[in-house]
Amino acid sequence: MSTAKQMKCTIRSLEPVGEYLHLILDAPEMPEVQPGHFAAVAVGGVGGGMLLRRAFSIHKSEPGETLELIFAAHGQGTQWLATQSAGDVIDVIAPLGKPFVLPRQPVACVLVAGGYGAAPMELLAQQLRARGCRVDVVLGAATQEKLFGVLSLKGVSDSLTVTTDDGTSGVRGRVTDVLAELMTRNESKAVYACGPMAMLQAVAAVAQENGAFSQCAVEESMACGIGVCMTCVLPVIGDDGVTRMVRSCVEGPVFRGDRVRWNDVDTIPQDTFGAPSPGGH
Amino acid sequence: MSPDLTTSLGSLQLGAPTLTASGCAAAGKELAQFGDVSTLGAVVTKSIMMQPRSGRATPRMAETPSGMLNSIGLQGPGIEVFLEKDLAWLHENNVTTIVSIAGNNVEEFGELARILAKVPGVDGLEVNISCPNVESRGQVFACNPVSAAQVIETVRSVWHSDAPVLAKLSPDVTDIVEIAHSVVEAGVDGVSMINTLLGMVIDVDGMKPMLGGRTGGLSGPAIRPVAVRAIYQVHAAIPHLPILGMGGIRTGHDALEFIAAGASAVSIGTVVFGDPSAPWRIATELGQELESRGYNSLSEVIGLAHQN
Repeated sequence: MSTAKQMKCTIRSLEPVGEYLHLILDAPEMPEVQPGHFAAVAVGGVGGGMLLRRAFSIHKSEPGETLELIFAAHGQGTQWLATQSAGDVIDVIAPLGKPFVLPRQPVACVLVAGGYGAAPMELLAQQLRARGCRVDVVLGAATQEKLFGVLSLKGVSDSLTVTTDDGTSGVRGRVTDVLAELMTRNESKAVYACGPMAMLQAVAAVAQENGAFSQCAVEESMACGIGVCMTCVLPVIGDDGVTRMVRSCVEGPVFRGDRVRWNDVDTIPQDTFGAPSPGGH
Repeated sequence: MSPDLTTSLGSLQLGAPTLTASGCAAAGKELAQFGDVSTLGAVVTKSIMMQPRSGRATPRMAETPSGMLNSIGLQGPGIEVFLEKDLAWLHENNVTTIVSIAGNNVEEFGELARILAKVPGVDGLEVNISCPNVESRGQVFACNPVSAAQVIETVRSVWHSDAPVLAKLSPDVTDIVEIAHSVVEAGVDGVSMINTLLGMVIDVDGMKPMLGGRTGGLSGPAIRPVAVRAIYQVHAAIPHLPILGMGGIRTGHDALEFIAAGASAVSIGTVVFGDPSAPWRIATELGQELESRGYNSLSEVIGLAHQN
């Protein structure tokens, strides 16, 4: 478990990028960050009616200086955050969760992201390249405005492929439409993914079919982000072969793609450790 | 001089007035990165059962105005692993520990109490007879004075320990004072109140209840006045009964309301999800609230709202 800090952070800037917002915070207490770590932000102000933090994967960070997050203002909490401005102070806990595991060998890697799931990918690409890994990136979104990080990821990768559902940018279709061929061509051995659950499931399947290891950063609804509430659980197979309902905030958010029981998310599979007998509990 | 915040629950002396609330701090370890857990009044652990338990399907949480609904369903590792890992950690770190227990039936409560009475590091027992996230309403023992008393009598009969036994009560009853009387007669040393209120949120896009468990327990500041009322009523009826108060406490000011209503100490619950350092912050704020009103100690304020 990483040691997280609860910090009061002053907003340095909050700017739109496409359909998203890019938040840069002054974070003098910020510890070292690994790609895949996330931050939990209190929303609504002191005494407000929203008690639960909003979790965002960390885009970038300079330890002791700044913390950068990308978010979409699609709910009440993120809409509040979007109304904040430079100079305002927000309460942030970071870094949280288990980050992406990097390969020991300089193997070819593919980074796959849906929408603002691309937020942690620049940092990840930089670290992989520093280890001598080939880095290919696939970014997908419903439409051009919902892509994130195209230019910055181009600068830190060996190739970048864009897919959009409506064909407004890059290849018309899904990330998985281009993934298999890309993996074959570059003999990719590891796939890193961040985005919606359905995308992660599809990416994990393609990785497995192509004999590659996959690491998926999941999006489960969280209440605390620090491991105390047991809200963000999903069925994951452990090293011992046993399925448990594990907390995505402390045991994730990054999981091996072949260990998550994607089809059983939002259920308690019958063979889960401690599962209820028929009739429920 | 800053006010004396030490307090007690029956025979258990507490160095600080704020405890964690069961189900809102796991077994304390995760909070250690935000403060020294041994300086809290106590950690009240998430309710432990005999067997490992997966809990309910997700979604398990729905945010509501000034609160949330949860349908976790008592996910936990079972008593054996709890003793080995969680209780051992708490004991090693000198954390005052109140273990919350939950059973599927009266016998399981007894079995858990029998096991816990024999192990070191258990400073109190909170008997969770009021978790709403169970399949059968009949399992909410705290909704019926007879079944509530049966659980407590069974626990008491095997609890060969000086540590206090608290019964956790549900506000989802017609008359909480009647339930309090029945558990007192059955031998509790105090009561914890309140547990969550049963609620539901409907997803109108999917046209179904939002939570995997359909219903869930409502907690947070939204339920605070219900908690204050329940504590006030029970303290009025049974003034000598120690009360551990909880239900949406967010600030020291909130905590002072609970103390004035009759609680001897308070547990901080849902607010921890948004502010993990809240149990320490609220203790400090409570001291300031007392000091600014000219009180020298927390104990002189317990139940004070009943005098006016």
